[in-house]
Amino acid sequence: MRLFDLRLIIAFLFGLYGVVLVVIGLGFTTDEDLKKAEGVNINLWAGIAMVALSAVFAAWAMLRPQFADTDKQPIKEL
Amino acid sequence: MSVLAEADLRLDAGPIDYALLVIYFAVVLGIGVMARRSVSTSLDFLLSGRSLPAWVTGLAFISANLGALELMGMTANGAQYGMATVHYYWIGAIPAMVFLGLVMMPFYYGSKVRSVPEFMRRRFGKPAHLVNAISFAVAQILIAGINLFALAVIIDALLGWPLPVSICVAALVVLAYTTLGGLSAAIYNEVLQFFVIVAALAPLTIVGLIKVGGWQGIVEKVTDKEQLSAWPATELTGIDHPVWSVIGLVFGLGFVLSFGYWTTNFAEVQRAMSAKSMSAAKRTPIIGAYPKALIPAIIIIPGIIAALIVPEMAQLKAGDTSSGVAYNDVLPLLMRDLLPNGILGIAITGLLASFMAGVAANVSSFNTVFTYDLWQDYIKKDKPDEYYLRIGRLATVGACVLAIGTAFIAAALGGSNIMDYIQALFSFFNAPLFATFILGMFWKRMTPTAGWVGLLAGTFTAIFIYAISEPSFGIELLELPGQGASFLGAGLAFVVDIVVSVAVTMVTRPKPDSELVGLVYSLTPKKDRAHATTGEDAGWYRSPALLGGGVLALTTVLYFIFG
Repeated sequence: MRLFDLRLIIAFLFGLYGVVLVVIGLGFTTDEDLKKAEGVNINLWAGIAMVALSAVFAAWAMLRPQFADTDKQPIKEL
Repeated sequence: MSVLAEADLRLDAGPIDYALLVIYFAVVLGIGVMARRSVSTSLDFLLSGRSLPAWVTGLAFISANLGALELMGMTANGAQYGMATVHYYWIGAIPAMVFLGLVMMPFYYGSKVRSVPEFMRRRFGKPAHLVNAISFAVAQILIAGINLFALAVIIDALLGWPLPVSICVAALVVLAYTTLGGLSAAIYNEVLQFFVIVAALAPLTIVGLIKVGGWQGIVEKVTDKEQLSAWPATELTGIDHPVWSVIGLVFGLGFVLSFGYWTTNFAEVQRAMSAKSMSAAKRTPIIGAYPKALIPAIIIIPGIIAALIVPEMAQLKAGDTSSGVAYNDVLPLLMRDLLPNGILGIAITGLLASFMAGVAANVSSFNTVFTYDLWQDYIKKDKPDEYYLRIGRLATVGACVLAIGTAFIAAALGGSNIMDYIQALFSFFNAPLFATFILGMFWKRMTPTAGWVGLLAGTFTAIFIYAISEPSFGIELLELPGQGASFLGAGLAFVVDIVVSVAVTMVTRPKPDSELVGLVYSLTPKKDRAHATTGEDAGWYRSPALLGGGVLALTTVLYFIFG
């Protein structure tokens, strides 16, 4: 059985989340938001971290594709 | 978990938070739809065709355990008991996970069994198998119901949806992706859930730490300085004498309870069985052990911080219960106080994701045991594989419907105190199971009769200790508050199981050696226990023993720094 590559899904979800949070952090952060999080623009920083995570997974999936070793068959039924 | 005080916990979720939540659920369902395309046999559906890489199964292994009760319970313990809570993660998990990978996986994976009960059947025959399969199936449905109820309570508190609606919606989502994609979808989603949970808890911890003044701030502000050190954990165990408290922790939690849970609970072991090779199967629990060792940083520390900075929590800790909050409310309260919209949506998503992970793990292990161990073994044998694939799908639907039922029972019982007890009870059923397994794996003489008699004797011991130590039953012969009673119950159940199994073995007939090849240590050739070290299993960094030693060393260092 050949399942799709989970790393791409992780890259997609966190890429999307990261971009949304960065945009909120840069453009839509109120003073009240900042005060709540002790002056840290947490949306911006968390967004950057998520974009980075997304990039790591995307790079990993590109560099080491899932089905490089076609000689190895998964163990089938008993 | 007590009934949450709603008005206090209602989060100020905005459209953007809901949007992030909806995106997540769309991806979760998408994984189910995509995974469906690679399901063509029952083994694909129930065991992912044994094709998954170790990092996926390893993260799923840990995520399957990061359910509602774990997350709420351990942040609550952090707030209530402080650093002693780390024992649940370190001594209470890491050694057992390494042991599962290095010592037990060769038999589970090498013998090609499809479930833990199936190992039981091959080693001890039908009576032991039936006891194990039925009790596991029943436990999974009950625990799925508890998880579902906990999930509904939190949705109700956070977002204001009525309980029945959230129970059904959550069950439908889990049902949709597990019926479509089977274990693969459950496991892929568990890995995704792991990252979302971390993405939810890490910002919360960081902002909390800044607010409280860093680790130094915690050290200064915690009034009960004993809570800053993990040992001797007298509050946690309920055992006043420090030496006995440590012995209780090491033997009760560190050995019997934790080995019982991690090595015989099929909801966990199934993740390793779905790995694509012996090496990947051995590495599964060990890879999972690394995040397990580190995750207390974003679970227990928020708990400790909440007790310092959330006014209601500080009141509760000082003994004032008037605000109506419970220790279980740590995460929602912190989210309310610290997170602005945007990251708040991620945190809500992470919390709901974690709760669904628990339910999905229960359901996906239930359907395997039901299909292979109950239906195929006792009801309809020798049908073509498509038949069992269909039964697997139907079992998933059945499990979700039954779990909705048990969730409503939990709701009707008024809060989940009783369900917590059921959970505790099942958790120490694992102790005798572990005794039987470990004896059976290393002692070829052990007989089939000893298998089931020992198991029953151990289980009844656990129930007996529970009955005479639980205050609400009114026959309180043993006074052990905290976790002491379950440590003692599990320890005694283990000992009784071993003693009874040995005694029964002496007077009954063992199985011939030829039937035990691959199941017992002395009868399994070394090459059958070894893993390949070529292709995708090559490289020193993929050595299970090295990785296992590494995580044990890491845990020791962590104990020296934070213990």
